[in-house]
Amino acid sequence: MTERVPILRIGEVLVVSIQFDLEDQTVLHLQEDLAEQIVARSARGVIIDITALEIVDSFVGRMLATIADVSRMLDARTVVVGMRPAVAITLVELGLSLGGVDTALDLEKGLARLRRPARSADRV
Amino acid sequence: MTAPWSAGEEQQLLPVARSSDVVQVRQMIRTLAQQCRLSLVDQTKFITAASELARNTLVYGGGGTVRAGAVEKGVRRGVAAVFADEGPGIADVELAMTDGWTSGGGLGLGLSGTRRLVDEFDLVTEVGAGTTVTIIKWAR
Repeated sequence: MTERVPILRIGEVLVVSIQFDLEDQTVLHLQEDLAEQIVARSARGVIIDITALEIVDSFVGRMLATIADVSRMLDARTVVVGMRPAVAITLVELGLSLGGVDTALDLEKGLARLRRPARSADRV
Repeated sequence: MTAPWSAGEEQQLLPVARSSDVVQVRQMIRTLAQQCRLSLVDQTKFITAASELARNTLVYGGGGTVRAGAVEKGVRRGVAAVFADEGPGIADVELAMTDGWTSGGGLGLGLSGTRRLVDEFDLVTEVGAGTTVTIIKWAR
């Protein structure tokens, strides 16, 4: 029995705040739950808050990239917020720069990002 | 590289038999990295490297063990971790260490990316007998 990460909704935005070290199976559940919820709740945006995550390895990094891609196909934009500086350095050195993933420094800036009309680069 | 431990150093041993064990490995390595006074960035790199290798042990090696502890070399102190499995081994190590290579499922930056995160990286493998990867990060 693995834990599930709760998905909250603020208007048209789904908010996920990852608060504990995720097991791989939980990561996969989150990916599927989010895709389902984007459609079920007609969400236009997804915010994934990783402030509490001390590390992001390739498995979680790949999940973030996949959610960004899947949400784009379902007409929603994903913004990852709260990445720690040490996590950013480690991901780049690992070779995982998450080029297709939109980021903001915190939840407030992430929500503001989603309120703005999408730049063409965000939707390509 | 032979066992990185010097006499008198104590190590911790954890099994890597299921997905939840990878979480346990990260927690053990985090505690050790903090005890060895690695900087925050170095802790993050070392825990991330350990997470990648623990997953490899589980997925490609069919499970195994992680042994970790403090190490000393001259005046330097650091933390080491040894990931061992008795899985199929790696037939072409040079190829496996190439950026972009994967035998399935992954992003293809497992081993080469992981090597960049640590100060010392040693891989011993034999087809049909298993794989042992040793990593060390020194405190600065």
